[in-house]
Amino acid sequence: MTPADLMTALPEIALAAWAVGALLVGAWFGQDRIAAPIMWGTAALFLVMAMWVGLSPAGSRMAFNGLFINDAFARFAKIVILASAAAVMVMGQDYLTKRDLMRFEYPILITLATLGMLLMVSASDLIALYMGLELQSLALYVIAAMRRDSVKSTEAGLKYFILGSLASGTLLYGASITYGYAGTTQFAGILSTIADGDMPLGLLVGLVFLLAGLAFKISAVPFHMWTPDVYEGAPTPVTAFFATAPKVAAVILLTRLVHDAFGSVPGDWGQIVAFLAVASMFLGSITALAQSDIKRLMAYSSIAHMGFAMVGLAAGTAIGVQATMVYMAIYVVMNIGTFAFILGMERGGRHITEIASLNLYSRREPAKALALLILMFSMAGVPPLLGFFGKFGVLRAAVDADMTWLAIAGVLASVIGAYYYLRIVYLMYFGEEGEPLDGKMAPVPLVLLGASAVIMVVGVINLFGIEPFATTAATALVN
Amino acid sequence: MAQIILFAPLIGALLAGFGWKIMGERPAQIVATALVGLAALLSWVIFLTFDGEGRTIQILRWIDVGTLSSDWAIRLDRLTAVMLVVVTTVSALVHLYSFGYMAHDDNWREGEPYRARFFAYLSFFTFAMLMLVTADNLLQLFFGWEGVGVASYLLIGFYYRKPSANAAAIKAFVVNRVGDFGLLLGLATIFFLVDSIQFDVIFAEREALSQTTVRFLWTDWNAANLIAFLLFVGAMGKSAQLFLHTWLPDAMEGPTPVSALIHAATMVTAGVFLVVRMSPIMEYAPEAMMFVTAIGAATAFFAATVGLVQNDIKRVIAYSTCSQLGFMFVAAGVGVYSVAMFHLFTHAFFKAMLFLGAGSIIHGMHHEQDMRNYGGLRHKFPWTFRAMLIGTLAITGVGIPLTGIGFAGFISKDAIIESAYAGGPTVVFWTLVVGAAMTSFYSWRLMFMTFWGAPRGDAKTHAHAHESPNVMLIPLGVLAVGSVFAGMIWYGPFFGSIAEVNAWFAGSIFMAPDNTVLDDAHYVPAWVKVSPFVAMLGGLGLAWVFYIQKPDLPGRLAQQQRWLYLFLLNKWYFDELYEMIFVRPAKALGRFLWKKGDGAVIDGGINGLALGIVPFFSRLSVRAQTGYIFHYALAMVVGILALVFYVMLVTGTN
Repeated sequence: MTPADLMTALPEIALAAWAVGALLVGAWFGQDRIAAPIMWGTAALFLVMAMWVGLSPAGSRMAFNGLFINDAFARFAKIVILASAAAVMVMGQDYLTKRDLMRFEYPILITLATLGMLLMVSASDLIALYMGLELQSLALYVIAAMRRDSVKSTEAGLKYFILGSLASGTLLYGASITYGYAGTTQFAGILSTIADGDMPLGLLVGLVFLLAGLAFKISAVPFHMWTPDVYEGAPTPVTAFFATAPKVAAVILLTRLVHDAFGSVPGDWGQIVAFLAVASMFLGSITALAQSDIKRLMAYSSIAHMGFAMVGLAAGTAIGVQATMVYMAIYVVMNIGTFAFILGMERGGRHITEIASLNLYSRREPAKALALLILMFSMAGVPPLLGFFGKFGVLRAAVDADMTWLAIAGVLASVIGAYYYLRIVYLMYFGEEGEPLDGKMAPVPLVLLGASAVIMVVGVINLFGIEPFATTAATALVN
Repeated sequence: MAQIILFAPLIGALLAGFGWKIMGERPAQIVATALVGLAALLSWVIFLTFDGEGRTIQILRWIDVGTLSSDWAIRLDRLTAVMLVVVTTVSALVHLYSFGYMAHDDNWREGEPYRARFFAYLSFFTFAMLMLVTADNLLQLFFGWEGVGVASYLLIGFYYRKPSANAAAIKAFVVNRVGDFGLLLGLATIFFLVDSIQFDVIFAEREALSQTTVRFLWTDWNAANLIAFLLFVGAMGKSAQLFLHTWLPDAMEGPTPVSALIHAATMVTAGVFLVVRMSPIMEYAPEAMMFVTAIGAATAFFAATVGLVQNDIKRVIAYSTCSQLGFMFVAAGVGVYSVAMFHLFTHAFFKAMLFLGAGSIIHGMHHEQDMRNYGGLRHKFPWTFRAMLIGTLAITGVGIPLTGIGFAGFISKDAIIESAYAGGPTVVFWTLVVGAAMTSFYSWRLMFMTFWGAPRGDAKTHAHAHESPNVMLIPLGVLAVGSVFAGMIWYGPFFGSIAEVNAWFAGSIFMAPDNTVLDDAHYVPAWVKVSPFVAMLGGLGLAWVFYIQKPDLPGRLAQQQRWLYLFLLNKWYFDELYEMIFVRPAKALGRFLWKKGDGAVIDGGINGLALGIVPFFSRLSVRAQTGYIFHYALAMVVGILALVFYVMLVTGTN
């Protein structure tokens, strides 16, 4: 370990130090009373680190003997993860305080989960990958079950934990097979053993198990079944967190794994990813049609979105990776906005997640209804909103890579998916008279809801310039 | 100055159309009229002080795609200046006239606002027409072309509660689409060959074009001829020439000021303007110009025959317009573009006046339009009568033969007929002379039936008939001045010697060096020069016999020649023919695609999918979500196994 290594992994080290320090401080002083300061401090730290990552010099740097890599690809992902984690965390404060869930461990667990994610996207070795993944997962299991007096929350945490363990086992099994055939756990090493393009069958089986483990994390079909139950059972701020940063981290990790370790045989894993993508898009869209709870709906929506993100990945090209990254960035912004809205759905102090409660919402809250309308249209991929360009990018990448059938499947799935997004809009504007929701909404979610809606509209001008960054990141990965 | 002329009507349209709720209907009308009036005033200033030097005033860069680049610019030359005057003057007068005409209308309920909308449409039309005539390139011209089409559609269908008005509006739009398709093809051909749509660039390539051939459909075509032909197809639609003329009579469903402005003086002359504007190409397309001449003459004859027997006062004038447009095309076709413009110019005055006069009578007679219910109205409408009389004298061509003294129509129409003799086949000349005789007949028939004889029809309507207010009579007076003097004043520039005309137009129209028709027309035999006058007298005399001396003669003649009468009354059965050949098959096809194609196949398929299959899978997948953790784990394991088997099989086969 050298000072250079430390500098390369500075954000991770800072987060780890902060988590330990905050835990001590919280345990020492007054505990939950200082939960809010810790939360804001954490958010500030995230943003500072995001800025640090953004301003750090270009190029690719390895650390810790090739376990850890800091390249443009990782930096892009880290910024998205840190910024979205900060936003989602502060967004839930009001909700948690009201329900007496504002424990000082919450921001600390989020910090640890985020740390895990940062390690995941920087992993260049199967061991490092596993360590990052587990750090993230363990923290998430705990916060899913954070509401201990609620059966649903506990159930969600437990389900997530058991199935997550199964997935981790699968992943580890895949890693060990891979090690057995490649003789190394380093991505570069694995790549060099299959450099001639001839992949031993055993390595391929190992790859399938690795992919299955990661597919669980991004809730791709058929490894998705935990998602609706956990989304529904976990407290809404936690659900919002599940839907954003960890998804980005897992997709990025998947991308890195297939490109860095198995990049020379995109045909083999491309087929698997394409299958996962199609299954996720269709199952997500079709099942969401029948949902009456908005959190479950968002769960299926995120399954479908992950399918779309994987369409870009399945293309196996730099353009595909770039499209996937842009798609994830847009997806995160849309989800932050939507969950900011869901957090504010209340009637008489009770949190309501039934879609039917949105009936004629526009009459009472025209501005918020409009914001949600924009977000829903964007999610459905209606031009000229940002969501359309995300979808367009991945579909174009698929077409460019001669996977037209995949693009057609994507379009069909998005047609089905449009129905349930538009149903929400329909209810808000043309629904029937029903019991109204309360209009009040905490300031932070309100700002985030408005901001994300505005971004969906204004962003079409040049996607806020993220496209060149995504291009740099993608070319850093694929070459 | 040109910019003000162009944009004043647009601003007027926007203010009147969107601002009337704020400022009220009457101020909106006044604003629109004042702005168009301003444009008219400035147009006259330009027209009278113009030095002939062509210039281009760029407004903005419009389109820049590949090699297609186009400015939005005003092309100001003599041709544009003439059109500016015609368009803005008639438009301003029609605006003014509409204050009176549109004041009360039975098509609207009490207190319902419609006037500001009408004025906004009129102003919008004016703007579009100015866009057309000031165009610097074909695309801009096309913009204006379609803009006036939209305005025409809106105004024909202005009485949108009347089914017949809606049908007429749609008919006008659809028939014009046919012509516009030709225009678009011509435009595309030009861009394909010249790689530009700027007039200057196209004109510079005229010799090259005349030596190029283009493969189109089944054979090779001479490029200049093909372009000229396709552009003329567009002109045929807009100017209601034979085969594409059916919309114009129906367009009379619109309010009468609209008929005067759009369907007599300005829009329908856009086709003539296009042919004249493209004269450098036309001069190199002799076969296409033969076609133009033939269609023009045929239209002049056909429309005049139909006009003989129509009873609706506006339809008579509509067919008259159609016929006069044919005269203009003959002039353009034989190569005397300036004469075509001349007749366009004078025709605008007297035809607008005839329409406005007819409108005045319709207004005073409570929207009665059938001339059989008129009669003896000259005492009730003294001023309208005088104006209409001047208009009729002008259109029938009254003047002193061989002297160049006469009403505007006399000068310009005789110029066309002489040119036709000098430059076209003899049959065209005779067709036009017969056409002139019929023009005289139906115009005097209109006068006699309306203003002479005993009152016919509903006595109450006649009792309440009243002369129109001054706001309607003043435009008539102004136009009367033009109808009398426009021909005599501008005889030289339009129909002088070739040198004189070329000097005045200064290159804005082009006559090939070997094109001497204009000079030849001045040296035709005297009997040719007198013939239109004789034809006019014949028509007048016959009309007098038919409608003053022996008013029962027309009825008996119609009984005797029943077949001929019905043939003419039904407009040569064009509408019926088109209904059979085009409309019914198109409707049948449309109904088939609607009911079977769209309804059964697409809707049925989608609905089946959306309401049957997708929800089925939806239910299935919801059922799979049992909540039991072992089911979930099983799904994962099955998924892994499936993937492993899949890759093994795929790799195994490789």
